[in-house]
Amino acid sequence: MDNHMKLEIPSKSQNEAFARVVVAAFAAQADPTIDEISDLKTAVSEAVTNAVIHGYENGFGTIIVTAVLKDRRLEVSVTDYGVGIADLEQAREPLYTSKPELDRSGMGFTIMENFMDEFSLASEPGKGTTVTMVKIFSQIKTGRDA
Amino acid sequence: MPVEIVMKRAGSTLLVRMAGELDHHAVSGLRDKIDSKITLDNLKNVIFNFGGVDFMDSSGLGMVLGRYKLVSAQGGKVLACSLRPRVQRVFDLSGLQAKIPVFLSEQEALKNV
Ligand SMILES: Nc1ncnc2c1ncn2[C@@H]1O[C@H](COP(=O)(O)OP(=O)(O)OP(=O)(O)O)[C@@H](O)[C@H]1O
Ligand SMILES: [Mg+2]
Repeated sequence: MDNHMKLEIPSKSQNEAFARVVVAAFAAQADPTIDEISDLKTAVSEAVTNAVIHGYENGFGTIIVTAVLKDRRLEVSVTDYGVGIADLEQAREPLYTSKPELDRSGMGFTIMENFMDEFSLASEPGKGTTVTMVKIFSQIKTGRDA
Repeated sequence: MPVEIVMKRAGSTLLVRMAGELDHHAVSGLRDKIDSKITLDNLKNVIFNFGGVDFMDSSGLGMVLGRYKLVSAQGGKVLACSLRPRVQRVFDLSGLQAKIPVFLSEQEALKNV
């Protein structure tokens, strides 16, 4: 089963829930488990929230969410055209946050890496950031296999 | 579903019962409500009851951690209880339990403030 989707949204915090629900609904055609869907929703929420808070620093901008489904492999990407990240390694460190005053915990990237099967980060200061993540859904167990 | 909270006083402890989805959008409305309650009622400790929370991302962790910073500066404690498996998974990954002890029920948390 091959399919794909693209979602364009303004960087409003209301769209964090919208984006994760859209991607989860798109993924549903691959019949994932409830835990797989929950992991996916959390990871998408982290990436979109980062675009809102850090990419556009709570200002105005456009966020693009794409998803490509090939058999049981879902690749999701979240792109912003905001401030970008200068030090990618530091950004990915658990508990690192550039905005502790905003009550951030610095766990976003760690959650994305742990909840998804693949994770990559591309960014350029002044140009923007793209997070790409892959979730591989477990094989469907049909009655015949039992 | 957006997040809903009920706040209750138990002695010098603030009980915050939450339901819904705890993300950045939801948390931004909660913070000020909780902090002004702590300040106005001069409360020392906070118990977060996650019983009705079916989604939480790092914004929920940040909210708990922020309240910990606020009350621990005055010698108070922050505790959490009634975590569903999804919320527990995010908690476990963060190592937050070193600062915020987690209990199975609200009664148990209240006994341990
Ligand atoms: N889209 C982005 N644009 C610019 N900077 C970003 C972006 N995403 C992340 N960063 C940077 O990487 C850091 C780490 O991100 P991460 O999501 O791990 O933590 P956080 O967002 O600071 O805290 P939390 O996710 O726990 O609320 C951020 O503090 C920020 O400096
Ligand atoms: Mg983040």
